[in-house]
Amino acid sequence: MDSNSNNIVQAKALGKQVSSPEGTLTILDDINLSIKQGESLAVIGVSGSGKSTLLGLLAGLDTPTSGEVILNSTILNDLDEDGRARIRNQSVGFVFQSFHLLPGLTALENTALPLELAGSEQADEIAKQKLADVGLSDRIHHYPNQLSGGEQQRVAIARAFASNPKILFADEPTGNLDQKTAQRIIDLIFKMNKDNGTTLVMVTHDDALASLCDRKVVMAGGQITNDT
Amino acid sequence: MNTFKFAFTGLKRDWYSGELRLIGISILIAVACLSSVSFFTDRVRRATEQQATELLAADLVLISSTKIKNEYIDNADGAGLIISLNESFRSVVVNGDNLELAEVKAVDANYPIRGNLRTSDDLFKQEQINDSIPASGTVWVDSRLLQALQVKLGESINVGAAELIVDKILTYEPDRGGDLFNIAPRLLMNRVDLDKTKLILPGSRIQYRLLLGGKSESIDLYRNQLKLDENLRLQGIKDARPEIKTALVRAEQFLGLAALVSIALAGLAIAMSAQRFAVRHYDNCAIMRCLGLQQREITQIYFYQLMMLGLICSLIGCVIGFFAQEGLNQMMIGMTQQSLPKPSWRPVLSGIFTGLITVLAFALPQLMRLRKISPLRVLRKDLTPLPLNNYVIYTVAIIALVLLSPWQSGDIALTIYTVLGLFLTALVLAVSAKLIIKLLKQLQPKLKMAARYGLANVSRRSNQSVMQIMGIGIGVTVMLLLTLVRTDLLAGWQNRLPDDAPNYFLINIQPDQVDSIRSHLSTLLNNDIALYPMIRGRLTKINERNVNPDDYENPRANRLAAREFNLSYADTMQDDNRVVAGEWWSKGENTENYFSVEEGIAETLGISIGDSLSYSIAGQEIKGKVVNLRWVEWDSFNANFFVVSNTSALKTYPSTFISSLFIPDSKRSILIELIKQYPSITVFDIDAILKQVRAIMNQVVRTVEFVFIFTILTGIAVLFAALQSTHDERTHEAALMSALGANRKQIISGLIAEFMLLGIITGILSAIAASIIELALAEYVFKMEIVINPLLWLIAPLACCLIIVATGLIGTRKVLASSPMLILRKT
Repeated sequence: MDSNSNNIVQAKALGKQVSSPEGTLTILDDINLSIKQGESLAVIGVSGSGKSTLLGLLAGLDTPTSGEVILNSTILNDLDEDGRARIRNQSVGFVFQSFHLLPGLTALENTALPLELAGSEQADEIAKQKLADVGLSDRIHHYPNQLSGGEQQRVAIARAFASNPKILFADEPTGNLDQKTAQRIIDLIFKMNKDNGTTLVMVTHDDALASLCDRKVVMAGGQITNDT
Repeated sequence: MNTFKFAFTGLKRDWYSGELRLIGISILIAVACLSSVSFFTDRVRRATEQQATELLAADLVLISSTKIKNEYIDNADGAGLIISLNESFRSVVVNGDNLELAEVKAVDANYPIRGNLRTSDDLFKQEQINDSIPASGTVWVDSRLLQALQVKLGESINVGAAELIVDKILTYEPDRGGDLFNIAPRLLMNRVDLDKTKLILPGSRIQYRLLLGGKSESIDLYRNQLKLDENLRLQGIKDARPEIKTALVRAEQFLGLAALVSIALAGLAIAMSAQRFAVRHYDNCAIMRCLGLQQREITQIYFYQLMMLGLICSLIGCVIGFFAQEGLNQMMIGMTQQSLPKPSWRPVLSGIFTGLITVLAFALPQLMRLRKISPLRVLRKDLTPLPLNNYVIYTVAIIALVLLSPWQSGDIALTIYTVLGLFLTALVLAVSAKLIIKLLKQLQPKLKMAARYGLANVSRRSNQSVMQIMGIGIGVTVMLLLTLVRTDLLAGWQNRLPDDAPNYFLINIQPDQVDSIRSHLSTLLNNDIALYPMIRGRLTKINERNVNPDDYENPRANRLAAREFNLSYADTMQDDNRVVAGEWWSKGENTENYFSVEEGIAETLGISIGDSLSYSIAGQEIKGKVVNLRWVEWDSFNANFFVVSNTSALKTYPSTFISSLFIPDSKRSILIELIKQYPSITVFDIDAILKQVRAIMNQVVRTVEFVFIFTILTGIAVLFAALQSTHDERTHEAALMSALGANRKQIISGLIAEFMLLGIITGILSAIAASIIELALAEYVFKMEIVINPLLWLIAPLACCLIIVATGLIGTRKVLASSPMLILRKT
């Protein structure tokens, strides 16, 4: 068996450049990274080190200037935006620093959104179950502005796991929360991750949080400087 | 610090970074629309007025019963005006044994200053335009005089002591319509021959006219400096015949309405853009405040920026407006073979003034919020200034609109109605929209994804949605209103001048001829002919108080009090009349004398219901009570009367009869027969005047249609501004949806659902609003009866959906292109 067959995400010679008034700016340079199924990986680094860009490329939110990303055996470079959207819908879950719930939708509707986008018939039932999993059964008809920060992030986690993704991308998931709430959210993410057998890729500033992960990748100046 | 310099560099920076573009473009579109409208309406108005001047044969006429003093003529000469003098009087004209009382007019070479004389070489033959007047020693007579005198062209007739050769048949003179019912057959002669007639003697009843023409500024100046003595009366364009006056006033109302609405829509677009600009400048201002900038300086900076932006964009807008109207004019020349007068510079000034006032009134209140930014916002992003007090926004907007509108529309009543109407509409739209959204929200869980997302967007941004519905709704309401006004009201108006509108008046019909003429004409024309009695009487008393012309300051009232009225009597009211106060009398039962008075004249003379009026008729006095006031449709060209009594009141007084009838070209021979059979009847041809009125109406319709196109454009600008105000949120949401796996089609479906929902709500509410306003306008302003078109309820929501979905998708195309990566970058 191919040693790569166990990799859920692979980045090969990944590069990202953008043009700026000062000329071409290299954000990522020659990134090679493989993430195994079920692994939890923390990406750490200072601001501007390129960690969010890397997360975006690995999740298929953006396209690289050079190199390629293979997500769940699909080469993302070969897909157009709608093709990448389909992959994101089927295989990827997201948890963001600022929750990013749609303010016009209730907790239930927000959670059911990825399922509805996929055309699921049981969207509401599954969403209710996931909200129960994060302990929000009694808040399903609340709107985001009626929920606390921690509750909003829990809805986001329920939404992320609603479509049973193979991989969860988390971008500073506790960045906007107080310490106590943050701890609960971290526990929840890791628990859900474990229960669902999901791969976790998490961008964070927090060394303590990073140390909870199986593996830690340190970035600086658009390159991986350490991979432990 | 030098706030002006700072404002200037800020303006450049904000413009290049796209921040101010929306606001600038709004001003630009607004001023482009406005100035093109003003340029064009200015030109059309002048063209329309030029046409109307034809009805006076001049721009201004001084009329006197005594010889016009030289100082008036010298002053006009000094003012560089074209001068033409004429005298008119009645005199018996003789050809052998035939005598006929004729209305003689002696003119000089400058006559007519406006319009043309038209003549023909044989009875009822093709007419030709004449650039000259009768040569000395000759006269032109109208067909009736020719027939009455049994004279042929080239033969001579006697006018007083002079023998003059009949050279041509006069078919049209521009100012003939001036006094419809006092006209005997016309004889036009050269003033040079006047002395030879020896008819101008002391005590002769002669009307002297001084016709003046020139640039409107010179005319206005002359008119303003004029000191009228008691024998002298003025007639300008607007003092001309009532139907022409109505047409002009109506034209101004339509154009004023459109211009005013353009300002309001532009203001709305600017306010929406400014709100977004302000929100996006919170952080900048917080940092500047943190760095020590005072509130006053922040106000100054944004004031300067707005003024600069307003000035630059207004100027560019004026240039665009100029080319837009010039392009349209070029287009119209081909279509109408009629050129408009050159544009004046006035619209440029008004464009800049409007641009500045609009931008200050609608943008400044929003930007003033920036001075209230707490410097603490640099640490706490949630510290946003309190939203503006709605009273402030509305008050400033109302003041600005009122400030701009009388000058735009030239009509205070219309302005107040429109501004109030706009704000009332806005309020009703807002409240209804809020209610509808609240109700619809209950449906959200039951909807499919796209519809749910669309409804969620509408209901979550409930306040913004209400603003959008209100903004777009006002635009659409006005668009609908203009369509309705254009179609229903103008159709109503045009329809009242159908192809078979009366084209001849028969006057001087003796009572004993009524029955035979009625049956004679009814048979020949296969139509019932109405004949109305006409009795000459002078108003002597109102409520036992003697009527003295000098008691009235209003010149029209003064004139009305001095002259004889044409009174009539009837048991039933004419179809084109409407009782506006009181009640019409029932047939036959009354022994008292009742009067029905036209509302305009009642107002001018201060007559109300219940007043008693006394008239002197042929030396006898008759007294009666005013029981109702009537609205009269003067445009109908039917014979109409200021004062009508019940039959028993006036039947015994000496009267003649009048009839108005339509005789098609093919049956003109009927007229000749009629004149032969009843020589005493005077036939009066109003075809020519009708043609002029129709031409003016067509011009009005064209202009309104032109203005209408621009109002739609302003409305679309509002739509864009409304979409732009939610652009950032939409971009973010589309990126999030995309990150969660939504494809382009799903995102578009959500947007379409949202826009369709907004469209339907807006459409229905606008249809309701437009119908109500149309009914009010028809009732109180245009005085017409209209029927609301049921198709409106289908067309309005459909049209709104189409406009909003199309504009919405164009306006959000950048949203669709937004990368899901935005989600990671924007926290």
